[in-house]
Amino acid sequence: MKIIVCIKQVPETNNIDFNPSDLTINRSHVNGIINPFDLNAIEEAVRIKEKFDDVTISVISMGPPSFEKTLKEALTYGLDSAYLISDKLFAGSDTFSTAYILAESIKAIGDFDLILCGKHAIDGETGQVGSEIAENLKIPQATNVKKIEFHENKKIIKVESDTENGYRVLEVKLPALITVNKEINVPRIPSFKDARKALKIPIIKWDLGKLKNIDKTKIGLTGSPTKVVNIEKFQKKKDTKFISGTPNEIVNELYQILKDKHVV
Amino acid sequence: MNLEDYKGIWIFVEYTEDKISELTFELLGIGRRLADKLKVELSSVILGHNIKCDLNLLFHYGSDKIYKLDNKHLEVYRTIPFTDALEYLVNKYRPEVLILPATSIGKDLAPRLACRLETGLSADCTELDIGPDGNLIQKKPSYSENDYITILTPNHRPQMITIRSKIFTPQTPDPNRTGKIIEEHLELNESENWTKILEIIEEDQEDANIQEAEIIVSVGRGIKKPENLGLIKKLSSCINASIGASRSIVDLGWISHYHQVGLTGKTVKPKIYIACGISGAVHHIIGMKSSDFIIAINKDPEAPIFQVADIGIIGDLFEIIPILIDKLTIK
Repeated sequence: MKIIVCIKQVPETNNIDFNPSDLTINRSHVNGIINPFDLNAIEEAVRIKEKFDDVTISVISMGPPSFEKTLKEALTYGLDSAYLISDKLFAGSDTFSTAYILAESIKAIGDFDLILCGKHAIDGETGQVGSEIAENLKIPQATNVKKIEFHENKKIIKVESDTENGYRVLEVKLPALITVNKEINVPRIPSFKDARKALKIPIIKWDLGKLKNIDKTKIGLTGSPTKVVNIEKFQKKKDTKFISGTPNEIVNELYQILKDKHVV
Repeated sequence: MNLEDYKGIWIFVEYTEDKISELTFELLGIGRRLADKLKVELSSVILGHNIKCDLNLLFHYGSDKIYKLDNKHLEVYRTIPFTDALEYLVNKYRPEVLILPATSIGKDLAPRLACRLETGLSADCTELDIGPDGNLIQKKPSYSENDYITILTPNHRPQMITIRSKIFTPQTPDPNRTGKIIEEHLELNESENWTKILEIIEEDQEDANIQEAEIIVSVGRGIKKPENLGLIKKLSSCINASIGASRSIVDLGWISHYHQVGLTGKTVKPKIYIACGISGAVHHIIGMKSSDFIIAINKDPEAPIFQVADIGIIGDLFEIIPILIDKLTIK
């Protein structure tokens, strides 16, 4: 069985701080990490590999050459191969173009049974690329999945796909693309053995020279259907009224405000 | 593609059993404004089988037309047949704008359909307008930068977007408004790519429907340990509030993700939002800054939450909240 995991490098935002003047993120010490939901996708792939014989896992990412470090990190979870899809002409691709490039790259990798993605990246939060890859490859999809179970024949999976008020149990024929959420598993800490093994695995780098089937009119800034035309600061500072005093004084004033607002 | 061939605004209707979702009416509200500005029709598109909901409501809330496609394969949502049906309708009637709800269904369907139609899709738009050239101006917060970004889909149609709930407001329904229902038919043939629905599970969500709440008491790391959540529960029951939470305490497993406000949680817009011990990471602020009135209690005077608060209380929630509860219960 062949599994492909798609990952994205995102800025490390758990420890972000703000420039207090305009509420922008202070980027001076922001690191690139594997998108947290993609770690769940990696973990799920590794669990499938532990369960069945003859499973190979490839990880793929599109981005600048600096993403190589992130792919190296992904390999330490016990994956078999890594592909970095990188070309200057890919820069500025929106989700449509990104999914198209990734789908063409996956076709170039060859046969696969299952593609796993995180449900969305924490920097863009569109959650679109997974479905768009599935459409490009004309395979079934299930999104926001918290559980994957294999049928005995390994040709069909049963998944639980989260909804607003519960979940849906779906039967999906392979090959398929599944996007996973953080409920599906808790990603492990890579073992020393796997991390050492990863050092020996080269990152396979593909550009447009290798991916000859890519239609250049569908990629990059010019090929993307959506264009970002403006960026503006959005947080107008509010005139915050501060209440101070002893806890009793604060509560008295707060109580009055709640009363004015008809809460009490 | 000739852009001139595409006219009108379409709203994808989401419903359960016999009830059209509130979000659908919100989408009609903004759709109506855009349609008036463009001087085009606003249409609702509804897919299903033996649809029982009151379609007249769609007219009352602003729709000029309804495109209805009934097929036994569309009884419950599945990605491929829904994509096939919408692709057929869009190619036949060519709307210039197609708006879908940013729900679990909308988020599964919209990208699949956008890719099929080879057009652009913007997720979670929060402001929309029509440009001088007739293009849809799509604005949304850029989560990583805390900026507003403006997106256009200048050369592709339809211009597709998704919208989360509580971002726009419905217009006041007009019971005298009516319109035309266009019934469509399409042969759908089951294929290998269709998923099979084995079960649909609805879970008891406690009192966590925070998107409907008028008052939210929200809690973050300042609560220190899960045992202290009782204090927040007590306060919320005193003032009939729902409980919200920051991502950090959801990730720690102190409270279920149904309560999570913000980037990977829910966008809320209550009349009053009381943030207790929440520093105000950008993830969180995005999900609550549109609340009508924000009260923030935090020990750290530098906490970013104060920048979006109407009332700021620099203090210890463990001192203030118990006194407040006493005062609220004694009256």
